[in-house]
Amino acid sequence: MDVSWFLVLSAFIFCVGAAGVLSRRNPLVVLLCLELMLNGSNLALVAFSRMHGDGGGQIFALIVMVIAACEVTVGLGIIVAIFRRRLPVDVDELSTLRG
Amino acid sequence: MSATGFGWLVLVFPIAGMLVCALGYRKLPGHSAGWIGSLAILGSFAASIGMLFDLLDHPEEERELVDAAFTYFETAGVNVDLSILVDPLSVFMCLVVSGVSFLIHVYSVAYMDGDGGFARYFAYLNFFVFSMLLLILAANFVVLLVGWAFVGAASYLLISFWYRRTTATRAGIKAFVINVIGDIGLVIGAFLLFDATGALDYEGIFAEVNNAFSTNDGTLVAACLMILVGAFAKSAQLPLHTWLPDAMEGPTPVSSLIHAATMVTAGVYLIARTHPLFELAPLAADISAVIGTATLVFAATVAVVATDLKRVIAYSTMSQIGYMILGVSVAAYGAGLFHLMTHAFFKALLFMGAGSVIAAMAGNQSLDRMGGFRKSMPFTFVTFTVGALALAGFPLFSGFFSKDEILAFTLHRGGGFVVLAVVGYLAAGLTAFYAFRMVFRVFFRPPVSEARELEHGHLAHADPQNPATGEPEDTGVGFPGPEHHIAERSWPMKAAMGPLALLALVGGFVAVPGLTDTLEHFLEPTFAESRFAESVPSHGAEYAGLGVGALVAIGGIALAFFVYMSRRALRLELRERFTTVHTFLFRKWYFDEIYNATVVRPMTAFGVFGRNVIEADFVQNTIVGGTVGIVRAGSSMARAIQSGYLRGYAALLLVGMTGLGLYFLITAAG
Repeated sequence: MDVSWFLVLSAFIFCVGAAGVLSRRNPLVVLLCLELMLNGSNLALVAFSRMHGDGGGQIFALIVMVIAACEVTVGLGIIVAIFRRRLPVDVDELSTLRG
Repeated sequence: MSATGFGWLVLVFPIAGMLVCALGYRKLPGHSAGWIGSLAILGSFAASIGMLFDLLDHPEEERELVDAAFTYFETAGVNVDLSILVDPLSVFMCLVVSGVSFLIHVYSVAYMDGDGGFARYFAYLNFFVFSMLLLILAANFVVLLVGWAFVGAASYLLISFWYRRTTATRAGIKAFVINVIGDIGLVIGAFLLFDATGALDYEGIFAEVNNAFSTNDGTLVAACLMILVGAFAKSAQLPLHTWLPDAMEGPTPVSSLIHAATMVTAGVYLIARTHPLFELAPLAADISAVIGTATLVFAATVAVVATDLKRVIAYSTMSQIGYMILGVSVAAYGAGLFHLMTHAFFKALLFMGAGSVIAAMAGNQSLDRMGGFRKSMPFTFVTFTVGALALAGFPLFSGFFSKDEILAFTLHRGGGFVVLAVVGYLAAGLTAFYAFRMVFRVFFRPPVSEARELEHGHLAHADPQNPATGEPEDTGVGFPGPEHHIAERSWPMKAAMGPLALLALVGGFVAVPGLTDTLEHFLEPTFAESRFAESVPSHGAEYAGLGVGALVAIGGIALAFFVYMSRRALRLELRERFTTVHTFLFRKWYFDEIYNATVVRPMTAFGVFGRNVIEADFVQNTIVGGTVGIVRAGSSMARAIQSGYLRGYAALLLVGMTGLGLYFLITAAG
């Protein structure tokens, strides 16, 4: 099978994720979409790895998964903390970073 | 211990005293700071005596000892050690300075009692004496300059000691600024000498100077004139004298210290110390002699009309320093330094007496208000009169021998110097006149209310006020303390004035021509190579000079008696008839006005211009303001992007990454 199918699928998943990150306001959904983006790129990594017959890409994909797991842990922790302090669970309301 | 070892001790004592007084100003109880300061100076005096005896053990040719503590700095071609020079001149100066300063410290213990800044006062005082001793003992121009600048700083601190008085702080600034002009002169002079001789220490310069310069060489004359600028600023000679009368704003013992021991004599010392240069540049020495004479006349005429008791004495100091400058400039080094010593005795005494009288007047310093203190203050009267007699040059008093010796040497030089000597004799008459103007106006005539009160045992008390402007004051720190002290009632003041009166009386006998040449003989090694060493007036000429001096002094005193005692109305008549002259003298020859118009006002205007135009408009608004504006505009643009919306950041990131990816794709395809 041609590698381009995989790439098209990977780009599609990435774009779905990116669109979700940009359009949704609930931080939980934003995190989910972030996972989609990461996994889209993981798919491209594995596809290229198979194409070149080199295991490096797959190792890389594994590392990305680990990082993604860490990131979700931290992200969920932050969301719980926000919820506990009775702050709005909405990324647009949390704009204290404004310069 | 060696002479140089004692020399270091001379310096260590006052600086240790200063540190103890300064660091312990909260802890030291009662008068202890005063006694610690006094003991420190007594230690210096004892070490000076040790230095003297050790030096006398050396044969005459080996009485110039140099000792270096450590190397101050060392670069290509310049080696400067922190070194002291112990020779008869420096030992003589150390003895005079530390001895008189010790008595002034003791006097201050009583005089400054109750002042809020008691310990601070003694820390300053010790620092002042230390600076002067460092200046005297320095063996090279760098250490000399350190002491020279320290003396200027210490005088600033002490003149503006009562720092809540605006007149005092202004006087301090004036003294400091004029002293810095002198410092600059001295630095340039030292540089010119270093440039030509490659040395900064006296020994090196004096050894080279004959090879490096011919007589009256332009550079050497310039160097000497620059040294004179330094000397004249410290010694309050024309035209750098205006700070000295204003320096009367400090406490009276400080005036005494500045005038008698630690400051104004520095210029005389410097000329005597660098005499090999001046002998090779007779032009500079002559200029110095003329300025000294001009100053002594100027100051004597102003002293005749001044009404502030302390200022009269201040002008008399300028006048007497003029005699010393004249003396050392005409190569009468022994005579000039002899007058320095006798002047230190009687001038310290006069100021102490004045302090006692002013205390009895509850702080009022005006001669117009005083009178009749003879009965109520017998001790002050006797000692002040002894000081005045010495100042007037009354026969057998100390000033008599020293002043007339200077004039005898000046006459002996012949030529134009005869004019200077004649002028000097005329001013000596004026000196006697104004000295006894003070005595007659303060102690004779009907007693004023304060004096009558004092006869009944009540010391006058007035609401504290500034004697110069009459502004009301309180008695906290920064203003004079609540109590006044007169010599009759405090033993430390008596203990200081008694010995000084004795010295003013007999101090002249150390150098009676032909009988006791002790002083000149002692100083001989320092001035041995002087080309005028052999050219001294005969004893006959000196005694003739003494005779003339005696007549002039008695004449001046008689005139003062005539004007102020027997024909009292005459004073006012004279003032009426010569209003212009009186105003001219009373305004101090308009020196302050001229300086205000030519220097102070233009400089102030320039400063205001600089602040309003250069600083405010150009620097603040254009350079600094412009930079700030640019940065601010840039940062507000950057700030606009920081919206705080997480999704905005994510979008920017995506757009940026996509843009970057597209760019690489396009370039790779191209």
